[in-house]
Amino acid sequence: MRTPLGQVRGLGAARSGTGHFWLQRLTAVSNLLLSIVFVSVLISLAGDSHAAVTATLSNPVIAILMLLFVISATVHMRIGMQVIIEDYVHAELPKLLALMANTFFAIAMGLSAVFALLKISFGV
Amino acid sequence: MAPPKADAARPLSPHIQIYRPMLSMMMSIVHRITGAALYFGTVLLVIWLVAAASGPSAFANVQAIYGSFLGQLVLFGYTWALIHHALGGVRHFIWDVGRGFDHASRELLVKAGLVGSIMLTVLIWIVGYVVAA
Repeated sequence: MRTPLGQVRGLGAARSGTGHFWLQRLTAVSNLLLSIVFVSVLISLAGDSHAAVTATLSNPVIAILMLLFVISATVHMRIGMQVIIEDYVHAELPKLLALMANTFFAIAMGLSAVFALLKISFGV
Repeated sequence: MAPPKADAARPLSPHIQIYRPMLSMMMSIVHRITGAALYFGTVLLVIWLVAAASGPSAFANVQAIYGSFLGQLVLFGYTWALIHHALGGVRHFIWDVGRGFDHASRELLVKAGLVGSIMLTVLIWIVGYVVAA
């Protein structure tokens, strides 16, 4: 028998309270706006040469919006995949390893994209 | 009082195999699947950006793969996953603020999400091919 107070203590099974719930919706809003920019930029670059693509991506406004999109998307996808893992992986060790791999993957993708965008912007 | 038995057959809440498939439920499942697909799809974006940052020859190689029939098919699927997930997100925003829970609104939202995702994806690719031409 657990009292409502006992269930709230420790912030529930994920031990993080509603932080992820809110962050997922916050980044969903930013993703919605930024993905419109992202898709528009990619459409405009369709079939372009390397020189034209890097010239467009190194435009400061486009570069900043692309960087914001990458950061917002990778934060959103990390906590989204965390929910999927927590739903389907129940054994403690595999769950822990999957959650670690998830964080590593999200950071690797985010940082690689940010690095590439900065390198394109600042030149070789 | 008998001690509680951990291995006793306990009643479980009904899961998806109990329910008749419905559009709203399928759209919810596909929202999660498209989310997972977009997660792994970021590899495609990173490869493309890193190739562009590496130089013309690396970029040309990636463009050739992405421009192949299979590459275009995958990118078309990636586009649809993105649009479907985005429209699903809009639906969830509407539900988050407590609107659209009656039967008619629910059905309208899920149908608009499905039809809208397909139409927008096709539109994006038509515009993309026109721009590229």
